[in-house]
Amino acid sequence: MERLKADVVIVGAGIIGTAIARELARYELEVFLVEKEADVACGSTKANTAIVHAGYDAHPGTWKARLNVRGNAVFPQICRELEVPFKQTGTLVVALKEDEVPHLYELLERGHVNGVPDLEIIGREELLCREPNVNPKAVAALWAPTGGIVNAWELAIAQAENAVENGVKLLLQQPVTRIELEDGRVRTVFTPDFAIETRFVVNAAGRYSDEVARLVGQENFRIVPRKGEYYVFDKRFGHMANCPLFPVPTAISKGILVTPTVEGNLLIGPNAQDLEDKEDLRTTPAGLKEVLTQALELMPDLPVKDAITNFAGLRAVAKPSNDFVLGPAPGVPNFINAAGIQSPGLTAAPAVAEEVRDHLQEAGLELHGKKKFNPYRKRITPFRELSREEQAKLIEQDPRYGQIVCRCETVTEAEVVQALHRPVPCTTMDGVKRRTRAGMGRCQGGFCTPRVAAILARELGLSLDEVTKKGGASKLLLGRTKDILLSEEEAEAHA
Amino acid sequence: MRKIECDVAVVGAGPAGLAAAGRAKAAGAGRVLLIERDRELGGILQQCIHNGFGLHLFGEELTGPEYAYRFITENQAAGVEVLLGTMVLEVRPDRRLYAINRRDGMLEIQAGAVILAMGCRERNRGAVTIPGTRPAGIFTAGTAQRFVNMEGFMPGRRIVILGSGDIGLIMARRFAWEGAKVEGVFEIMPYSNGLTRNVVQCLHDNDIPLYLSHTVVEIHGQERVEGVTVAKVDEKLTPIPGTERRVPCDTLLLSVGLIPENELSRDANIELDPVTGGPVVSDEMETSLPGIFACGNVVHVHDLVDNVTRESWLAGEGAARLVQGRQPRGPLLNTRAGEGIRYVVPHRLHLANLKERETTLYMRVREPAEHVRIEALLDGEPILSVRERVVRPAEMVSVKIPPGSIPEGRTATELTLRVVKEGERG
Repeated sequence: MERLKADVVIVGAGIIGTAIARELARYELEVFLVEKEADVACGSTKANTAIVHAGYDAHPGTWKARLNVRGNAVFPQICRELEVPFKQTGTLVVALKEDEVPHLYELLERGHVNGVPDLEIIGREELLCREPNVNPKAVAALWAPTGGIVNAWELAIAQAENAVENGVKLLLQQPVTRIELEDGRVRTVFTPDFAIETRFVVNAAGRYSDEVARLVGQENFRIVPRKGEYYVFDKRFGHMANCPLFPVPTAISKGILVTPTVEGNLLIGPNAQDLEDKEDLRTTPAGLKEVLTQALELMPDLPVKDAITNFAGLRAVAKPSNDFVLGPAPGVPNFINAAGIQSPGLTAAPAVAEEVRDHLQEAGLELHGKKKFNPYRKRITPFRELSREEQAKLIEQDPRYGQIVCRCETVTEAEVVQALHRPVPCTTMDGVKRRTRAGMGRCQGGFCTPRVAAILARELGLSLDEVTKKGGASKLLLGRTKDILLSEEEAEAHA
Repeated sequence: MRKIECDVAVVGAGPAGLAAAGRAKAAGAGRVLLIERDRELGGILQQCIHNGFGLHLFGEELTGPEYAYRFITENQAAGVEVLLGTMVLEVRPDRRLYAINRRDGMLEIQAGAVILAMGCRERNRGAVTIPGTRPAGIFTAGTAQRFVNMEGFMPGRRIVILGSGDIGLIMARRFAWEGAKVEGVFEIMPYSNGLTRNVVQCLHDNDIPLYLSHTVVEIHGQERVEGVTVAKVDEKLTPIPGTERRVPCDTLLLSVGLIPENELSRDANIELDPVTGGPVVSDEMETSLPGIFACGNVVHVHDLVDNVTRESWLAGEGAARLVQGRQPRGPLLNTRAGEGIRYVVPHRLHLANLKERETTLYMRVREPAEHVRIEALLDGEPILSVRERVVRPAEMVSVKIPPGSIPEGRTATELTLRVVKEGERG
């Protein structure tokens, strides 16, 4: 086991952990970002609605309310610096019946208290003009122009890449197994391969943050995984919604919405079901039916037959507070929680990172700005977004741009190769998919899987049957042809 | 940007593109350019190492590569030019193509006629909405076929196959011959979706069970597939509660249908038939855009490559006639899918062609039936009737209309095809 020394260890490299890592990368600090999975952004970050909320939902006074509006305000700048796709489309909450209209005014009022700018109630006519595919029975809507859509996993990857480029050390496949305390303070964080002696720990472990807190004896909150299921529709139908369309919210969720994705698909979901099992990412017939039924209420002409995939994500809901759990753990002043960051956690992430920084400072961490901090991160330029002339020029520079690997999303070999050699290691099929969109189109990897796997194996020096979908035991292939026959023959020979 | 001019540009060099390009050249088109995205010609045929190709056309049982090879050598001798590793990104209505490859970079190709022969793709898990987890080990049958036959790797060792499409049946046998355990083929319909000969040769001969009226209702496993839950379905194809059974496996293969690959056609605003998923075509195999032709699985999914070839010859011929100014003139009549028929291809027929040559209409029936007649009605009046002992949705029906079947001077507008039970009068 290798021994390391840190100022701060951040546990968990989802949207929150990576935001904190990037924030701390601005200072002269030794920071380790520790992740149990083979890649960053593997938990709730990879499976959510990817909405940048305006901030009218949360009840005034909660962390959610405060940090949503603050996070929203800095989103455009962060996404510009990190070259992450973000569209400030605005969002609509649609009242389908007269008796839902008072709810819109409630949300409007709450929005005002929370400091959400430019909220407006619009009538049926204007709603249908903006959103011609919304249910014509709709009566009114709340318009929030500061809302938007983003690519959540790309933001997390971008934050991690930017953090690493500014000196943060990322340790993948290192679940935290034990945290050693000394005189009521955290002293050493243990993972399978490392013992990291550290001055501070930040707990951004998502749906496992209660278990990480338990490692320092804290049992004041627990995380309930709340499942949400989704359908993704073909890009041909992305235009059916111009912005996220919410129904009037229920007690536990913002409801099942219809939204364009920033990449041009149409997405519906999520339902909300509280579970015990933190790995239960199954989609279910009942859940998918619920999603479809309710989404059809909002948009009766949904292209039901053109779903390209469905998936489930788990929100990390902190009980009993239902709010973010932010700040030092009681009695362990150098262990800072950033837990229970469910919706609007993505929007709040930049503000959560600042809060955590301030808590660290209050707890005694000195912050000296790094002169060389570079806030910019270059994305992998998507070939599909360029003009024919620009595409021609790129192929001249690198012939690998002339080889299409994923036909649905027009991803070239050059992009896949780049994805595999960036500051954050990418070693899996899903990693390539999230960085390039190879396999995210309408054929869902039918065409590109063998091609991406071959490039991945070549670039990382693996045999094709060592390639995994998402690390661990998720091997894509199980040996070579003739293996079974030869081993049977051998067994017979021995017999 | 390199610019190329040609008489006929063919997009895709699977069986359709190979046949169309060769025939265009033979019919007198000058410069014929065959554009293929893969590293070699032949398309999906290259991974179809089983035999049975060409039985109808050549009276021989060829393997996929052998079948392709015949056309490849013929084209080579005829002087068809080939661009390999080249992806067409865009087809413009003025028959200008944009394509890329490593060597030439971006190519702008101006063609006199374009033939679309992009083939089809497999429906996947999302298209059929199978609930459950999302582990490694879920493949479409064709992707698995590529891994086994072209890369030499095994996608799995204990296999469940959902859907009884032909590729699924072929792969069931392929896996069995590799020593893998094939737990069964589960088909949601009460009948198989593959050719009868494949059910017999692939499943029966290898003791692989076929479960009709069954489907997969859940996928299990976090990292790699660990099993699936299967269930019986009722007449509405809804799983019947209480019939669920868990089948351990490490791999789920999907053979749940094929979809014509019409991204390029759609972007060019070519009219598509919502039933076939492919372009609406005339008997010249010309689409709604003049000078742009289509053939093979991009038009409608075939079950026999022999028919793909025949249809593609028409497209090649049609494109050659166009560039030589020999296209048929005069009125067209529409074909229509009547009772019991899902679709008919081609969609429009030149009366001039009907007079001069035999015309083959390809169609699929809605449901299996025995002892029927396929009837052709010209504006409601029967002109032709063909007996079929058995018809099944999985097996394409072709009806040949002899030259001169339409009475001289007749102003017809519609030819309807329908299924009539033997003994009943329509």
